[in-house]
Amino acid sequence: MNPAPTPPIPGAALILDRAAIERCLKRIAHEIIERNPDLTQVALIGIPSRGIEIAKRLAIYLQEFSGTQPFAGVVDVAMHRDDLHRHRLPPRVERTILPHELEGMTIVLTDDVLFSGRTCRAAMDSISSFGRPARIQYAVLVDRGHRELPIRADYVGKNLPTALGQRVHVRFETTDGVADSVWMSQA
Amino acid sequence: MSVATSVQPQPQPPTAAANTAKEITVWSHKDLVGVEDLTAAEITHVLDTAAAFKDVGTREIKKVPALRGQTLVNFFVEASTRTRVSFELAAHRLSADVINMTASTSSLTKGETLKDTAKNLEALHADIIVLRHSSAGASKFLAERLDASVINAGDGAHEHPTQALLDTFTIREKLGRIAGIHVAIIGDILFSRVARSNIHALLKLGARVTLVGPSTLVPRVFEQMGVTVTHDLDSVLPDADVVNLLRIQHERQRKEYFPSLGEYTALFGLTKQRAERLKPEALIMHPGPINRGVEIDSDLADSGRSVILDQVTNGLAVRMAVLYLCAGTNPKRG
Repeated sequence: MNPAPTPPIPGAALILDRAAIERCLKRIAHEIIERNPDLTQVALIGIPSRGIEIAKRLAIYLQEFSGTQPFAGVVDVAMHRDDLHRHRLPPRVERTILPHELEGMTIVLTDDVLFSGRTCRAAMDSISSFGRPARIQYAVLVDRGHRELPIRADYVGKNLPTALGQRVHVRFETTDGVADSVWMSQA
Repeated sequence: MSVATSVQPQPQPPTAAANTAKEITVWSHKDLVGVEDLTAAEITHVLDTAAAFKDVGTREIKKVPALRGQTLVNFFVEASTRTRVSFELAAHRLSADVINMTASTSSLTKGETLKDTAKNLEALHADIIVLRHSSAGASKFLAERLDASVINAGDGAHEHPTQALLDTFTIREKLGRIAGIHVAIIGDILFSRVARSNIHALLKLGARVTLVGPSTLVPRVFEQMGVTVTHDLDSVLPDADVVNLLRIQHERQRKEYFPSLGEYTALFGLTKQRAERLKPEALIMHPGPINRGVEIDSDLADSGRSVILDQVTNGLAVRMAVLYLCAGTNPKRG
């Protein structure tokens, strides 16, 4: 047995542990296969920072379940945000990594938490400045509600009802150096 | 756009996990006055940010909305074409609005002070002021007095930070690193803000710097900055990874510092014959505008090892990064 993971802030409640995260992502991988028969035309594009990790993991699962490993990449959203001036410090800008040709592709955007929907909008804007994919789908590990835009996810790992003031924390071993886990805290 | 290679998903062993945890670099400056004020981590953060912005130039739509609604004033009290155009294009790519002002079109000619002119610009809700001025310290003076972001585009012989950042960006892009690289800066160091900013940036990032030129233009006092000073170009060339040739600035010299341009070229010009002493992979850089046949042989300037035009392209990316970092979240902005 692994020891219980340490909460990111004291008092945070564990929502998903490592095994639960794995189950969620594997189920999403199966759903992606179900909806997209030709995986060679699918690209998993992660939204920084932890969406990149989710795209990588989904790519591994898709390879495992279907034999086809789709393209895994990155889309920067920092330079496409409409609320930059609301940030205290400039968000880190990442290099965008997309397939050569977007025409005809199905882009699956991946992110850890879906909240207002503004990040997703910025990601779609960013992708459209590179070209015109056939369609864009959206996969998230946690949907915590409180949308501010008419955006919904096609694939959801866990629907988590929250109050507006609560916070959701996602941690991955590969990006944060602590055990895979999802937490909710009061502030 | 960096394409083609998909991010290779590789399961990480748990022991490596702690090492890959993200380092968080904080950028909290509203202004960029000089490289001297930046830490090595901040310089690296600008270069990393610039790498992401460089890709914007290769997109179908070469524009991002990061600074939409902001107004940038290019306030050039001293003449410049390439720096002004580079800042202007960088601002356009970030969706900012741009106003260009030169000394002759401003009220400075009517006796208005620099501060009053700048205050007037701010009263018109300018968010970013890119200033080039013949006096050292002019940018710092405005940065301390204005809420707008002030970006130094060259102040006298003091600093030209974006030039140094684009030079280091180009070296890192071509050679893969800065630490341990030996850079020779050749020519008019005494009057060169480019040289000063480059020395700060390169030393902070762990490069070795040698200054070369006539003793009138490269006094020994520069050794106090932590660089090597020599007046013998031929002895430096075989060991240099980068030669950065500076323009002889006729306009900044009030008296003669060397007998003739011909003699300067004979002793310090990078001729074809001299270039043979360079390592095959050494880079030739020049901030421009080049005086062909003076600092550098005309054919060499166009040769494969010259990265002079890469510097121009990278300058745009670096200036986008600087504008994004300084102005994107400037809390004082109205």
